[in-house]
Formats: sequence, C-alpha cells, structure tokens
Amino acid sequence: MATRSRAKKNSASMEELLNYYREMLQIRRFEEKAGQLYGMGLIGGFCHLYIGQEAVVVGLEATSKEGDQRITTYRDHGHMLACGMDPKGVMAELTGREGGYSKGKGGSMHMFSKEKEFYGGHGIVGANVPLGAGLAFANKYNGNDNVCYTYFGDGAANQGQVYEAFNMAALWKLPVIFVIENNQYAMGTSQKRSTSTPAIYTRGEAFGIPGEEVDGMDVLAVKAAGEKAVAHCRKGDGPYILEVKTYRYRGHSMSDPAKYRTREEVQKMREERDPIEAVRKLILDGNYASEDDLKAIDKEIKEIINDSADFAKESPEPALEELWTDVYAEELPQDDAA
Amino acid sequence: MATEILMPALSPTMEEGTLAKWMVKEGDTVSSGDILAEIETDKATMEFEAVDEGVIGKILIAEGTEGVKVNTPIAIIGEEGENMSAAETSAPAESSSESEETAEAPAPAQAKSPVQVKVPEEKDIPAGTEMKSTTVREALRDAMAEEMRRDDSVFVMGEEVAEYQGAYKVTQGLLDEFSDRRVIDTPITEHGFAGLGVGAAFAGLRPIVEFMTFNFAMQAIDQIINSAAKTLYMSGGQMGCPIVFRGPNGAAARVAAQHSQDYAAWYAHIPGMKVVQPYSAADAKGLLKSAIRDPNPVVFLENEILYGRSFDVPALDDYTVPLGKAKIWREGDDVTIVSFGIGMTYALEAADELAKEGISAEVIDLRTIRPMDTETVVKSIMKTNRCVTVEEGFPVCSIGNYLSATIMQEAFDYLDAPVINCTGKDVPMPYAANLEKLALTSTKEVMDAVKAVTYR
Ligand SMILES: Cc1ncc(C[n+]2csc(CCOP(=O)(O)OP(=O)(O)O)c2C)c(N)n1
Ligand SMILES: [Mg+2]
Repeated sequence: MATRSRAKKNSASMEELLNYYREMLQIRRFEEKAGQLYGMGLIGGFCHLYIGQEAVVVGLEATSKEGDQRITTYRDHGHMLACGMDPKGVMAELTGREGGYSKGKGGSMHMFSKEKEFYGGHGIVGANVPLGAGLAFANKYNGNDNVCYTYFGDGAANQGQVYEAFNMAALWKLPVIFVIENNQYAMGTSQKRSTSTPAIYTRGEAFGIPGEEVDGMDVLAVKAAGEKAVAHCRKGDGPYILEVKTYRYRGHSMSDPAKYRTREEVQKMREERDPIEAVRKLILDGNYASEDDLKAIDKEIKEIINDSADFAKESPEPALEELWTDVYAEELPQDDAA
Repeated sequence: MATEILMPALSPTMEEGTLAKWMVKEGDTVSSGDILAEIETDKATMEFEAVDEGVIGKILIAEGTEGVKVNTPIAIIGEEGENMSAAETSAPAESSSESEETAEAPAPAQAKSPVQVKVPEEKDIPAGTEMKSTTVREALRDAMAEEMRRDDSVFVMGEEVAEYQGAYKVTQGLLDEFSDRRVIDTPITEHGFAGLGVGAAFAGLRPIVEFMTFNFAMQAIDQIINSAAKTLYMSGGQMGCPIVFRGPNGAAARVAAQHSQDYAAWYAHIPGMKVVQPYSAADAKGLLKSAIRDPNPVVFLENEILYGRSFDVPALDDYTVPLGKAKIWREGDDVTIVSFGIGMTYALEAADELAKEGISAEVIDLRTIRPMDTETVVKSIMKTNRCVTVEEGFPVCSIGNYLSATIMQEAFDYLDAPVINCTGKDVPMPYAANLEKLALTSTKEVMDAVKAVTYR
C-alpha cells in the first residue's frame, strides 16, 4: 500500500510553473528578511525558517480548494504565505506588533487566520496532529468534501499522539492528509538516530492508511502526490500519508550550533537539489519566460517583502490593555465557515 | 447446614434493588453458577447466580418486591433432605447497616496538611572552605557528573542531552565521560521516555530525565504524577520511584504562551512528589545531588535565564543541600519577602532598593517547594509581622496563596497587614516585548507590595 512516487517529466503549464516560482521565491525572500530582522533584534524568541522546504507547501497548496484547512508546527511562515496570508501581517507578528495576525501576542510560532483556514502555528511537537484530525472530523461531520492538510516533522513523527490520531482518522475515515515534512533532522538529531524504521510513510500500514514517499525538492512531484491524496480524502476513503523528503538549509532555529551535519552536506543540497532553481530551469529550458521576465518577478517580490518589513517595523507595539484581552471570550465570533 | 442467600450488591454504589424475578422455586436443586434471580438496580437488570450447590429451602422475598436492601436475606439454601425451617428462626435482619450506624464512627485522624516529611539538618560549610565562582549551568552539570561517578545506577536521558551536549548545554561533557550507556539521546517522545524512566526506577536504576523545557513535560505529566508519585503509596511502601525530572521551567525571553510557564504550583500539589526550584548555583548543585540520592521522585525546576549567572559554590568533594530547607538570604526586621527560583532576583533587588529607603527586608529563598519549610517563614513573620511573596507563576492557586493560608493559620496574631502575593499576571504569556514585560512580576511590584504592607 505504501509507495514511492516520482512525477512524470514536466507536465505543468507555463502559468503553473511561473506561479510556483513566484510562491516559492516569496517564501524564501520572506525568510531571508526574517533572518535579518532577527539579527537586528527586531524579532525575538524562537524563529524557525523554512528555507529549502518551500516546494512542500507550495506543491500541496496547489491541490487545495476553498474551505480546505491547514495546520502546522512552529515552522510556519511558509505555510501562511502559501495559503494566501498577507506577508505584512505575518512579518508584523514576528516583530510582535499590533498589525500582526495575532496582534503581536502569538509570535513566530503561534499565528492563526480563521479567514484563510490556517489553524496555526503550534509550539508543542506533535500536538497539532490530532488537532488536524479534529479539523477533518468537522468536515466529515458537516458533510462537506474539504480536507485538512496536517503538517509535521520527522521528529514529531515519533510522538505517541501521532499514532492515536492515525488510528482515529482511519477508524472514522477522516479526510486528513498527514504531511510529514522529513527534513532529516529534529534539531540536532538526525532521523537515523531517533527512528527505528526510517520509512515513515509506511507507518500508516498498520492502520490501513496509504502512504507515499515524495521528493520534496520537486514541486511538481509534490503536487502530483498531493492530488492523489486529496482525491482519496475527498472521495471519503479516509486519511492519507505523504512523507515528503526535504531539507532545511538554515539552523533548526536562529540559535543552532550546526555541529550535527557538515557544511558540505548543506552545500550539496543547495547546489544540486534547490527547488526554486529546479523550477527556474524548467521555465528557462522550456522557453516559458526569459531571464528578464524572471528578474522582473524577483524585483516585484523583493518589493513585497521590503514593504512587509517596513510595515512590521512601523506598526506600533500592542496597546498595554491588550495584555488583559482575549483570555476569555464573551461570545464566540460569528462562524461564517459553516 | 442451611444458609441464607443475601441480596447482592451489583455495583459499587447500589444500596437497594428490586427482586424482579425468581428463576428457581422452593425445592429446586441448584449448583454453583445457576441463575437464581433477576435483580434490577437503577442502572441495569442483572442475573444473580448461585455460589454454592444445594436445595432452595424457602424463598423469603417474593418476586416483584422493590427496595430490597443489600444484604437482606432473600432465600434459604440447604442440603438435600435437610429441614430448612431451622433457618427460619433467624428472622431476616432488617438491614445490617443499622448496627453499623449505632457503632461509634472512628474519630477522623488529625488532619495533617501537608503530610509530614523528614528533613535532614543542613550541614554548615566548614570555615575556610574555598569558594569557586560557578554558573548555575556548570553547577548542575557538576552535580550530575559527581553523582554518576559515585553511583553507576544513575543515568541521564532526554532530547539532545548527549551528542548535542544539551539543548541548553547543561549536560555538556557528560557523554564523553560516561558514554552512551549512561547519557542517552531520546526521540521526541516525552510521555514515552518519562514512563520508561519510571519503569527503570522501579527496577532500581536512578534515572535523571531531562525535559528540554518543562513545557514539554506536560506531554508526560500522567507518568510523572500517576506512575512516579503514587506508586510507593499504592504498593504499600514496597516499591518507590527514585527519579529526577529536571529541566528549565518558567519564562525565558519572548518564547510566548506555549513555552513560558512556571510549574511549581502544579507539581507541589501532588503528595508523593518532591519539588525543588533553586536560585543560586550552590543550591542548584547541592539540591540536585540530594535529589538524585532521594528515594522519591523529584521534580527539579531550573531556569534558562539563571543558567548563565555565576555564584560562589563551595569547593567541597561532596557538597549537598537537604531538600526541604529554606535559606535566609538576608536578615531584616520590617518585612519578610519569600520567594524561590528566578523570583529571588526581584526579591533581592527590591530588598537592596528598600534598604536605601530605610526599610529592612528579610529575604527567604524556599529552595524546595515541597516539602515546604514553612517553619522558617513563620518564624520570620513572628519577627517582622509582614510578608510579601514573589513568584513567576500564575496567581490563582499559587505558591503565594498557599503560604498566605499557612501564615494565617500559624501566625495570625503576629500579622500587621494582609500578605501580598506578587505573581505573574493572570494571562497566557504574550509574545510582544512590551506585553511580556508587563506579564511578569518585577522589582517595582515587589517594592510597592512591601510599601503597602508596611504602610509607607
Ligand atoms: C513536545 C515538545 N518536545 C520538544 C520540543 C522542542 N523542539 C522544538 S522543535 C524540535 C524538533 C522537531 O523536529 P521535527 O519534528 O523534525 O521538525 P523540524 O523542526 O525539523 O521542522 C524540538 C525537539 C517541543 N517544542 N515540543
Ligand atoms: Mg525535521
């Protein structure tokens, strides 16, 4: 039941490729900027960058439709941008300002957008996995055909509650795609030092959940696998596991001694497997766009990101009264999703 | 011999029931396991089986009778050919509960709260002992290394404790000295490895389980409380659980709600658990060594911000500090400030500032939260007549609340002002820098509280 898949050679349209290029580049530039702002002391606490993993979320978001939900871990900036959240609001949350998605109260790891069906942003490893199954439960309960994309890491895949969620999701045929972003490390622990059987995509077999290993540095492969998984879920056949093999170029968070892997290993990945470069090459080789066209896109994105940084610096700190708000709800906000 | 069949209790809460139907009649021979009757309770209708074999002599309660009290004789069973009328003379007792009621209820034991724990005396540091400036981080590492040298059953386990040298570098160097048999990197499976540690402790090992931070110990709290803290009691004292759960606790800097929480009050709630929260490096070292040797589970709450602070630590071969003894950091006459862990930084700073304004504060570091040395606190209050407590945790059901209640009970007549608790604010920790500062307690809050209780 568990399979490994590769995308057939470029079947994507020009528009599609340019879109992936733009989306992935926007995430990368955003993260680079966040790294800079962190260095300047404008962002505090933990800040986990997504650089290198862009193809995972961009490929999967390309398979989503209105009403689908997504939920992830603290490494969440890419997921928010890819589902259409405003870079300004995300960056301003990173700087802890009033204009941030959580009014500055959540920070990098804890951000939400009910409007975009983005359910966080969770700081506790593994905890978001049953939550994702719960979001999918609501879809089934409400009788719609939406799916919930539930992202977590290779390290998180060892938490017990992941398997509790697998069992329930399979038992009740919940429309949830468990996306394991296997970047090969959990902080400083390589997967082989933490995991008895490395093929995580096979771990659903005991529950009857199909699983697939996907090349996460290839946005088209991710998209293709995602489509299969989404179709399975929408049909009412229950959950699906995608183990997406990816790589993070930066440290686990901003403070990372980086002694657990070699510089060469990182360099090799960047040079040979970079997901953005790969799409760039497809575009140029296929004559879908010129170098100049791509430069124009780069410039446009740089502007969006600079604007988001300016906004994040200029937005004021939250008013002091905000300390005391949002602890209890007086009434639930009107739910327009139902 | 004829015996009575009594109305059975078919659930832990059943007091009476309906004898719905007899499945046997007088003169029937029954063997064990045969259904005698159907009995209806408020929850269910259940079949009632014979335990012995014999002949049903007489049915005492007719079917359909409601409200039959548990233990009422409902029939008589005897051997074949026996005259069962003999049993008739023993008239069915109304209910055995009556005799219980008349019996004198045992006097409730004097409520001892909390349960008493024997605390050893603290040894004085010999005069002339050399002092060595040490960070809290190093002191903790030294404590573990010394205990691991002393006792092969001590081992350390947790996320990133070995090859990475500790997420906060507390276990630095231990892998080199003790090898991967005793310094063990775990997967990210807190509930699992905490439970595994408890099992190893049952088997006689002395695990030190490091949580990368105590926020993640919430994943494991069932094992910590239900398995580690209660087993000695549940096993009637046969089997204890000598284990240390340690790691940074409380707010760090800007890590927001899910990563900033003080668990002192949570664990202090649990009988069977010892809870330590050191402030200085010397105490961190001495208390951790005692915790590792303690036959009970100990939750050892460290603090990331304190890790890098240096303090004098006595250069002794085996420096220990007993669990359960508070320390008077500074003597004073006007007010007692009680704190622990990082709260001590505010308490001591406030005392310095207050001294300049002519207010003399006595500052007590609880060091161990459970068993708590309330005696030292109460003694101090009998002198100063006023008290302010300082902690980082949430205000509701806090350590300060508990201290206030104890002081009220034990030193009511000595108090000249209500006790004030300085705590973290009653909100999840916000991320924004300005709000985070407000959410924590501060030196100024402590000073204001002292001025309030001293009416200045
Ligand atoms: C329950 C819990 N334990 C430990 C941590 C600390 N921690 C944060 S991220 C992380 C590594 C997770 O690795 P992985 O799941 O592979 O995700 P990645 O960071 O690689 O995206 C750890 C140990 C945590 N946040 N929550
Ligand atoms: Mg990982």
